[in-house]
Amino acid sequence: MYMKTQTAVIDNFTIQIEDEKNLLELIRKANIELPTFCYHSEISVYGACRMCMVEIEGRGIVPACSTKPEGGMVVHTNTAQIRKMRKMIIELMLASHDQSCTTCPKSGDCKLQNIAKQLGVDKIRFKQMKTHQELDLSSDAIIRDPGKCILCGDCVRVCNEIQSVGALDFAYRGAEAKVVTPFNKGIGEVECVNCGQCVKVCPVGALMPKYHINDVWEAIHDKSKTVVAQIAPAVRVSLGEYFGYKPGTTTTGQIIAALRRMGFDKVYDTSFSADLTVIEEGREFLDRYSKNENLPLFTSCCPAWVKYAEQYYPDLLSNLSTCRSPQQMFGAVCKEQLVKDLKISREDLVVVSIMPCTAKKFEARRDEFKTNGNPDVDYVITTKELSIMIKESGIEFGKLELSSFDMPFGFTTGAGVIFGASGGVSEAVLRFAAYSLQKGFVGEFRQFRTGDRTKVSEIEIGDKKLRLAVVSGLANAKKVIDKIRKGEEHYDLVEVMACCDGCINGGGQPVSNASNAVADRAKGLYDNDKMLQFHVSSENPYIKQLYNETLVDDKAHRLLHTTYENRRRILQDDIIINEVPENKKLEITICFGTSCFLRGAQTLYTQLMEYLSERELLGKTEFTASFCGKQCKKGPVISINGKNIEHCTLEMAVAEIEAVLRLKM
Amino acid sequence: MGNDRNTFSIKFDKVCEVLDKHECSPNKLIAILQEIQEEYKYLPEDIMTYIATALGISPGVVFGVATFYSHFALEPKGKYVIKVCDGTACHVRKSKDILQTLEKELGLSGKKKTSDDMLFTLETVACLGACGLAPVVVVNDEVHGSMTKEKTIELISRIREQERQEMNK
Repeated sequence: MYMKTQTAVIDNFTIQIEDEKNLLELIRKANIELPTFCYHSEISVYGACRMCMVEIEGRGIVPACSTKPEGGMVVHTNTAQIRKMRKMIIELMLASHDQSCTTCPKSGDCKLQNIAKQLGVDKIRFKQMKTHQELDLSSDAIIRDPGKCILCGDCVRVCNEIQSVGALDFAYRGAEAKVVTPFNKGIGEVECVNCGQCVKVCPVGALMPKYHINDVWEAIHDKSKTVVAQIAPAVRVSLGEYFGYKPGTTTTGQIIAALRRMGFDKVYDTSFSADLTVIEEGREFLDRYSKNENLPLFTSCCPAWVKYAEQYYPDLLSNLSTCRSPQQMFGAVCKEQLVKDLKISREDLVVVSIMPCTAKKFEARRDEFKTNGNPDVDYVITTKELSIMIKESGIEFGKLELSSFDMPFGFTTGAGVIFGASGGVSEAVLRFAAYSLQKGFVGEFRQFRTGDRTKVSEIEIGDKKLRLAVVSGLANAKKVIDKIRKGEEHYDLVEVMACCDGCINGGGQPVSNASNAVADRAKGLYDNDKMLQFHVSSENPYIKQLYNETLVDDKAHRLLHTTYENRRRILQDDIIINEVPENKKLEITICFGTSCFLRGAQTLYTQLMEYLSERELLGKTEFTASFCGKQCKKGPVISINGKNIEHCTLEMAVAEIEAVLRLKM
Repeated sequence: MGNDRNTFSIKFDKVCEVLDKHECSPNKLIAILQEIQEEYKYLPEDIMTYIATALGISPGVVFGVATFYSHFALEPKGKYVIKVCDGTACHVRKSKDILQTLEKELGLSGKKKTSDDMLFTLETVACLGACGLAPVVVVNDEVHGSMTKEKTIELISRIREQERQEMNK
């Protein structure tokens, strides 16, 4: 079929229209960088900020992001009227923005600041309406500063569309409109999974990682403490971006040197414990596969995904690998062994993680990862925070003499390094499985290196035929899991990373304008793998040593594995439905959490009410609704005078009620 | 249903009924909230979470809708909801004076809209379409036209007296 090529004229430059989704993309193709706050190619078009307004001859002024490119369009992006409008919008935004820019942690890479400068806004003609507002410090990972919010809605759409969490949404109306968490609770008290994707898209300082820089400095300056660092795979291929290197450039040597200069006593590699994860998870997988038990195995390295699963998929928690994440394996093993080697107390050993991730901050504070109240990992700082610390120290990053990791926790195989990219964990586990089953290195598994965010592949290893899914982005994960639950799909292993494309695109990573930055970082990791001598985790000689000397008896299980809990989405009290002041004979609590609801709690409640009414017991029964008793797999759960009944039916409840009544008679 | 059911439980039954009627469809969120508010006279936080659970949407969406429309109340309202019209006609006929009188009489201010005894809630509305009777005050469904400061105070005293009598019964 013959298709006539269509063209448009943009600022006197003729350009061919291909498959651009909107006029903004076409204008960018013409090498004009239109300012915008609310346009992100991966989320829906919102058209709220009005910065990308352009003039189309014959049509007037329209927002480029929500206009479809058409052949013959004559577009002007920079007329006198548009320039004036854009400046005015910035002035209005600044007038309703907490202008404490000099002390704002976002200063320097704030879009509002940069666009104001770019457009030459040199005064604000309007009275300042918004001043400092109270910060939301309820989360271990993310800080909200509502006074800085410009209502672009980027965080709302990312949280909802990419992560399918919806912890942030617009509320109120008109001049009162705000981005809030449900019921204005703290972001640490709602269903936020701490992935930090909202932090990444926020153009201003309204959403920031919670910095732990000062805690780390304090530990370094305390002479009684031994401070060690672990560096996650993804950090080495992205930190350089803060110092002028291209995305994907490996700067491991410089990072280690910088950490030593700053005063860290030892510098280790999280890829080492990733090797440990591969072996533990690989064994777990082969074991479950041979027994055909709890399949598919879901990976558990990503703490945002783990929290998501705990909140929304309580019935699948036994499918989650019990392996701790590499960060937590490192913390546990390091504190176990170094305390002995260096003859110091556990309290005097401070483990600092450098992570591409905000959720790791939350993970490190989980109770499961503490021994006598002392955490296995003391502080987590993001790639961004490390860059700030290096700059604060005055270290000239580019001029550093390179340095290498300390032993033994600094030795890694290529399998441990590729963890930072989506698909890396699966590839590493497959290499281990193939190596174990066929006694030797079989090869790479490149099926999972495509840029897709849902990757499915069938792989034959020996006589085993495995079906794997690799997903990144929690909304994508949700689609895959829903199919598994319905029985429409079967997998043996599912790797889930909350951030699209994996840790290299984490919430603590640099925000890059380059379109292929994330792909370049992935390539950087796979190049690192190529350069290393070993590519299968079990070949790591220091891991073998660790298993022989330290992880003896039950230690491998105690230090490397964990448990999960069913988690309420929102912290709130139970509600008393039927209050009985005196003479009560029955106390019934019924769980109305998501899982119990789906399992028929509401029907059970209605039937019970009818029964109690017939028996004329309502005046003597106190009914309470709980929003998750954390027994989700056993739902619907009700408790009658303190006795829990799982998988409760009307008959079971009635039997218990009658038994209680007989006793009381 | 037996007579010994107390009110909260009957209301909760109603929530279940409303959700069933609308087949837990997220598209019916506004209708569901309206019907539930009719029962409770406002939207309690825990009920909104329950609705979100039942509809399979985030509680943030429910909260967003509930705060967007002024029809929805997030706090319990008094037994008597007093609406003072501040439309153009009422405004020029000094509805502000009526409002201030009521605020003073009931011990209310801009943010505090419900009296401590939970008897009165004071609201302003843009226009009730009864401009001929300006300034207009509506108590629950009862319209009072051509209001003055004196008539306002008298109205409040009358309601209070009526409540006292009912209490003593």
